[in-house]
Amino acid sequence: MNGNRWQKELTGIYAVWWRELKVFQREKSRIVSSIVQPLMWLFLFGTGIGASVNISAVNYQDYIYPGVLTMSVLFGSVFFGLYIVWDRKLDVLKAVLVAPVSRISIFLGKVLGGCTDVMLQIIILFLFSFLFPSINPWGIPLAFLLLFITSIALVSMGLALGSLLESLEGFQVISSFLVFPLFFLSGALFPIDEKLPGWLVGLVKLNPLTYAVDGVRGALLNVNIFPFYIDLGVITFFAVIMFLLGSILFSRMK
Amino acid sequence: MSIIETKVLTKTYGRIQAVRGIDLNIEKGEIFGLLGPNGAGKTTTIGMLCTIIRPTSGSASIAGYDIVKNPASVRRKVGIVFQDPTLDTVLTGYENLKLHALLYGVPANLREKRIREMLELVDLADRCNDLTRTYSGGMRRRLELARGLLHRPAALFLDEPTLGLDPQTRTRIWDYIKKMAQKEQTTVVLTTHYMEEAERVCDRVGIIDHGRIIALDAPDNLKELMGGDLVVIRAQEPPAKKIKALPYVKEVKLDKDAIEITMKDAHLHLPELLSIIPDVECVEIRVPTLSDVFIRLTGRDIREDSAEDSGSWIDSVARYRQRGN
Repeated sequence: MNGNRWQKELTGIYAVWWRELKVFQREKSRIVSSIVQPLMWLFLFGTGIGASVNISAVNYQDYIYPGVLTMSVLFGSVFFGLYIVWDRKLDVLKAVLVAPVSRISIFLGKVLGGCTDVMLQIIILFLFSFLFPSINPWGIPLAFLLLFITSIALVSMGLALGSLLESLEGFQVISSFLVFPLFFLSGALFPIDEKLPGWLVGLVKLNPLTYAVDGVRGALLNVNIFPFYIDLGVITFFAVIMFLLGSILFSRMK
Repeated sequence: MSIIETKVLTKTYGRIQAVRGIDLNIEKGEIFGLLGPNGAGKTTTIGMLCTIIRPTSGSASIAGYDIVKNPASVRRKVGIVFQDPTLDTVLTGYENLKLHALLYGVPANLREKRIREMLELVDLADRCNDLTRTYSGGMRRRLELARGLLHRPAALFLDEPTLGLDPQTRTRIWDYIKKMAQKEQTTVVLTTHYMEEAERVCDRVGIIDHGRIIALDAPDNLKELMGGDLVVIRAQEPPAKKIKALPYVKEVKLDKDAIEITMKDAHLHLPELLSIIPDVECVEIRVPTLSDVFIRLTGRDIREDSAEDSGSWIDSVARYRQRGN
């Protein structure tokens, strides 16, 4: 009986995950734009700024490559999570929520679905890594792991916010006051060194994404500020907190 | 055998008493209609039975499972079709059913067969690989019926299944509901404020007003409350006394130029009745409907109450449209 129950919950998680993948497959234009946007950061922004900026041992484009990967995870994950506001508005979620599957399983299915979407995009971006000479391909599995944990944290955060929001108007607010600050304050585009003003260093160090960028940069370029175990520890802690918070808010959602 | 039993089921929201102590016994295989104006407590009652809304007091059980103590088992035993469409419009018809089968734990070896069976039952097998956003309102409702019955629930709940559909489609949906209930031998509990439609499909109806069940019986028995059919005859000099003496006539009311006769089975007795009235100018027969019963019981027309809700009806049409593109 108990084993049967577990199996039903697992099937429920699989069902929600499977649905997200189907939706992902159908939204080809979204996939294309989610690949093209980071490539523009790398090749247009990176080449432009890189022409007049000199950072550490590697060229600027290589330097921001880990930052742009993290940015893709950030945008993809948070907006995936926030999308449930729309699902709720259209009652798509209603039929799922009355099924004999626990809320936590539905939440887990959603998180895994979002992470899968985002990591598929990351795999495509990894295919371009050969264009950046300083990238160490052997560091990719470790970078992938760090980004995957980051994605769990951020999809959970998006779902948590999506559970609280009543309408899509909150989208813009979250984008301006949460997502962009998280990105700009993560050291994705600039190094955190003595040239930065103190207040900025303080904010950057408070941002959990800083540790994701640092860890991925360490894995791919061997350029990092914090020891690897700190990076891994901070983002894992961040993921656990966000997952718990998200599952609580999602369970209470009406 | 009772599939659904409720005892003084009550729900209050703050000071508002949405449902005030409902006692019901619904038998296996029955099509039961919960009728009443908007805001009468129909949707709240169904919500409690489906474990979506927690009752304030009282109890209820479905197929032996208590809705408060054992909601997970209740959910496995019921199928629900909500008032507003809840299909996943970015999935195909087939995928919607597959998602549901997975969520309800339909065993893998039965899944495909069951999905095909249901698609055929609602005549959507040929469209099952199209995205549901391309479906018409009637097709979406049919797919939702198929989805509601996919996991062989003991009871299927339908909340206003024909709301927002055009009259022709409404008739078809009722035909499907009847056919499916019979084929699947499922107990169906539905709400509607289209009284005439409920009359045609329901074995029994409960009329609900202000959160209370004010009448509960088979439609024909409820109509008996009206005393029979009303026949209005215009004639020069109707012999009122002679008419009143007929065994099947209950009441006779004389107007200026017409006579109103309340009687049983007007369709059978009309020829005899007319034979004793000289110079008949015109005859009108009015067979009572559930709407008349509702007016008799509440003093109001169900449509008056519904009129204020026309906004939400337009809303639901708009939602259909919105999802269409």
